[in-house]
Amino acid sequence: MYLSNLHLESFRNYQSLAINCSRGINCFVGKNGSGKTNLLDAIHYLSMTKGSLNSVDSQNIRKGDPLFFIKGEWKAAKKGAGKGEQVQVAFQPGQKKLIKVNQKEYEKLADHIGRFPVVLIAPNDTDLIREGSEGRRKFFDSIISQLDASYLENLMVYHHYLKQRNSLMKQYGETRRLDKTLLAVYDEHLMKSGQLIFDSRRGFTEKFEALFSPRYQWLSGGAEQTKVVYVSELSDASWKENFKKAIDKDMALQRTTFGIHRDDFEFLLEEEPVKKFGSQGQQKSFVIALKLAQFDITSQVKGFAPILLLDDIFDKLDDDRIKKLMELVGEDDFGQLFVTDARPERTMTLFKGLKKDKKLFKVEEGKVEEIEF
Amino acid sequence: MEFPSKLIEEAVEQFSQFPGIGKKTALRLVLYLLKQEKEQTTSFTEALNNLRQKIRYCVECHNISDTEVCSICTSHRRDRSLICVVEDIHDVLAIENTSQYNGLYHVLGGIISPMNGVGPDELNIQTLVDRIAGKDGEVQEVILALSATMEGDTTSFYITRKVSDKGVKVSTIARGIPFGGELEYTDEITLGRSILTRVNYDLPAS
Ligand SMILES: Nc1ncnc2c1ncn2[C@@H]1O[C@H](COP(=O)(O)OP(=O)(O)OP(=O)(O)O)[C@@H](O)[C@H]1O
Ligand SMILES: [Mg+2]
Ligand SMILES: [Zn+2]
Repeated sequence: MYLSNLHLESFRNYQSLAINCSRGINCFVGKNGSGKTNLLDAIHYLSMTKGSLNSVDSQNIRKGDPLFFIKGEWKAAKKGAGKGEQVQVAFQPGQKKLIKVNQKEYEKLADHIGRFPVVLIAPNDTDLIREGSEGRRKFFDSIISQLDASYLENLMVYHHYLKQRNSLMKQYGETRRLDKTLLAVYDEHLMKSGQLIFDSRRGFTEKFEALFSPRYQWLSGGAEQTKVVYVSELSDASWKENFKKAIDKDMALQRTTFGIHRDDFEFLLEEEPVKKFGSQGQQKSFVIALKLAQFDITSQVKGFAPILLLDDIFDKLDDDRIKKLMELVGEDDFGQLFVTDARPERTMTLFKGLKKDKKLFKVEEGKVEEIEF
Repeated sequence: MEFPSKLIEEAVEQFSQFPGIGKKTALRLVLYLLKQEKEQTTSFTEALNNLRQKIRYCVECHNISDTEVCSICTSHRRDRSLICVVEDIHDVLAIENTSQYNGLYHVLGGIISPMNGVGPDELNIQTLVDRIAGKDGEVQEVILALSATMEGDTTSFYITRKVSDKGVKVSTIARGIPFGGELEYTDEITLGRSILTRVNYDLPAS
């Protein structure tokens, strides 16, 4: 499946835009601030029901306009294999965000996740390595959710009950009274969904790792050993006792201090944390390999390649790694690519030789024009 | 909206406080009232005043009642061994409309949700436990008819724990029916059937 056209109304710096995309490679070139990343973000919206840049929907409406609207049409990769699918996202402040596929609304937004997968590689991705555990949980949660709908469901249930339990703890702080029966009810709920999430994360990490290591070595051209280690308080066989023992601490701190909401994923290079010991180049390779492993595992599970969005990454990579990426994009079973670059000449040189269907777009202050390669 | 009369403005203000009534509809209602006989407005406001001042809640089941104990709780034709636990009065009306249930009720007055400031103490849960414990084994079954949401689950689970040592059977009505406010829109046959085919409530295994 590939995105055959994109239509925007009042989205970020676009007033109104309609473009036909190539089934292969799409390059957006233009000055800083012209609106290249915004285009990738619109595609991200269609796939994930939210943007990758700004999680506040209302701030994605073009300044001064009442609502935004994004529409895209997916077509089967093989001619004649199934009908196209039209995806639509609309948002107006004060109203529910509307996601429609073929004009039909979802009962739950969550049902959309994973149907039109994308993988985004962006310049600030190294935050994944350098920043706190929340970003890493989000990264893995987002991948697993796209591959397994029941995982997303469990995650939502868990976080809902967690919020309730934390409210209970806060009330204890105010009133010094705690309903032990109600606490036990929330504990049961959290232990049940927590166990399911733990099992999924552990199982997924194993499968992911098997794809990640070769990707890292392929990308860096070296033989360094990598490891992704899932770290969870639930790994301990007696975790349920530990959870219950944490109640004194929970009451003192007025929140839940034990559980899968505190999980982390450790990234190791030759047995050492990349965060501390990896060079900048190693960190960049690591994070791109993480994204490519996401690409690989999604292809494997879905049976087709997700759309790859490369935002402004050529600046950050040396020639060898750019060559590797071009190798991947050139493969026959590679799907569809959207790439942005502030330097048109570089992109033209890189892609000119590739024997693939491709289009080049010049982006200028919220206007897009197709130009010759 | 600008009004030529302060009196109209005040009346519109009052009407527009109702759910689903905007300023335009409120104005329409106000102008309609003015077109009718004066007596009609008098009986309208009297009915509202009476409602507000005389309405009571049954001390047994917390259903709306004109008397201290409601007509369901005092009826000799009702099966006193069954108590159906519901969120609010809408649910009682919906279940009564099915004519499939002949037991008693217990209206909780809401659903447990600490993040919305509603704990068990804010609801009529203790009175339910007391009711079951105080009747010397008269109550044999508690039927939980709460919404199929996470809060509904929590409340059912909580009540089950609270009554677990009281020697009563706890059951729950078939799922897939939208409850809680929406129950009144569920068709009567489906709702009636789900009460008849209720199933044992099992505590989730940990
Ligand atoms: N809600 C909005 N309304 C109007 N304009 C917006 C809105 N949100 C973002 N923009 C504008 O979009 C522009 C940024 O677009 P974008 O990030 O796509 O640029 P870019 O082409 O990727 O630039 P760079 O090469 O620097 O990455 C900014 O000028 C910003 O002011
Ligand atoms: Mg950009
Ligand atoms: Zn009563």
